Amino acid sequence: MSHAPSNEPLQRTPLFEVCQEAGGRMIDFGGWELPVQFTGILEEHAAVRERAGLFDVSHMGEILVRGAQAEAFLQKCTCNDVSKLTDGRIHYTGLLYPTGGFVDDILIYRNSATDYFVVVNAANTPKDFAWFLEQSKGYDVEVVNASADYAQMALQGPLAETILQPLTSVKLAEIKYYRFAKGDVCGVPAIVSRTGYTGEDGFEIYVAPAEAPAIYRKILADGKPLGCVPIGLGARDTLRLESKMALYGNDIDKDHTPIEADLDWIVRLDKGEFNGSDVLKEQKADGVSRKLIGFEMVDRGIARHEYPVVEGGTEVGVVTSGTHSPTLKKAIGLAYLPLRMCDVGTEFMILVRGKETKARVVPTPFYKRAK
Amino acid sequence: MTPKDNRYAKSHEYVHVEGGIATVGITDYAQTELGDVVFVELPQVGSQVEANEEFGNIESVKAASELFAPVSGEVVEVNDELASRPELVNSDPFGDGWMMKVKLSNAEELDALMSAEEYEEYVEKEAGE
Repeated sequence: MSHAPSNEPLQRTPLFEVCQEAGGRMIDFGGWELPVQFTGILEEHAAVRERAGLFDVSHMGEILVRGAQAEAFLQKCTCNDVSKLTDGRIHYTGLLYPTGGFVDDILIYRNSATDYFVVVNAANTPKDFAWFLEQSKGYDVEVVNASADYAQMALQGPLAETILQPLTSVKLAEIKYYRFAKGDVCGVPAIVSRTGYTGEDGFEIYVAPAEAPAIYRKILADGKPLGCVPIGLGARDTLRLESKMALYGNDIDKDHTPIEADLDWIVRLDKGEFNGSDVLKEQKADGVSRKLIGFEMVDRGIARHEYPVVEGGTEVGVVTSGTHSPTLKKAIGLAYLPLRMCDVGTEFMILVRGKETKARVVPTPFYKRAK
Repeated sequence: MTPKDNRYAKSHEYVHVEGGIATVGITDYAQTELGDVVFVELPQVGSQVEANEEFGNIESVKAASELFAPVSGEVVEVNDELASRPELVNSDPFGDGWMMKVKLSNAEELDALMSAEEYEEYVEKEAGE
């Protein structure tokens, strides 16, 4: 996460007060004042895996892309195949530079072939918006930064549907994974999608900022008897990492392509040319020199973001994310390694505070929920 | 909750001295700031630790931190229980969550540490920043 300069005032989401009221410990996260935890990361993590948890993710950005050439424009800017989307469907994709590196990783919601709702990472919103604007020259599209018009909450966990259904006009059972619908939540117009950043079933809910606090309180109050609790950024990170969902600024950035990041599944070279497609085509044909892999620690210790991977005293790779996995009860992480070290089972050394500490490449995701 | 019969370091370790032996751990404030502790790396029994120098490491889910010795001396005992139950640092920092016992080599070092009152003031100031 890139941090805003410290002299800039921190931004607050519409749920700042209500999160504080719920016991959230607020920190500076990429220029936003957000709860890092409520009762504790381990407890919150378990709640989402076993029951349900509610997240304030209002810091995320929303960008509208509309117009006759909206599809063609998004096809040029991103690596997944936008033409495969139908109304009410969503996909995960990379917003790429012509170098093949990431501007951001984003979700595209299709309202219609001429109307898309794009969800981007908070700290990247100004950069993404500027990039979209610049790229839109010559296209019959309108790009609008609508971030200030939306608050976003995520209700995640096996009981998410049970908790949310009584509060919404949307028939949740009819929303399949990576689809969305519009309707009311607590009597307020909302977009509800079956998406999330935890590896559990669950929903993301977009509403007008002024309406968000009452909905957050209502979901928490109604969910409480079922064990639903508020969740902070700490558990958000352990949950996403167990499910091997990339974090922009850690695992992916402008210097890494989706193929290097092991996100081949979002790269659709058959759709025609797009920003970075020639680089990706080459990488696909000739292979890459490094790849993002999942590892677990063999020796004791936890490898963290930016710890070097060493071989005979030289740095050959780097850890991008690392934590203690609350579900697996061991230290896990992601690292870019030279291709020859990427096979599952390969052991390698990470410099953990100056000490060479053994780790092993393992299959990912680290955690997959039972369906 | 800051026990009165301890001395405190700016790096948030405490010492509790009894008969020339200092029990060292981290404060309640420190464990709250760290969050869920999952791993504590402690020195070998018999090794020497120096005041204001690193004697070990502590990892919570979200971050790693160094542990600094508030006093110098020989490590006469470490809390082996923390290997299997690191969460004791969270649940009982001043009791079962202790980390090591040091045979004081220079009792005057205790004077450089803070009293409970001074430490509370120090924490208040730090938290306010």
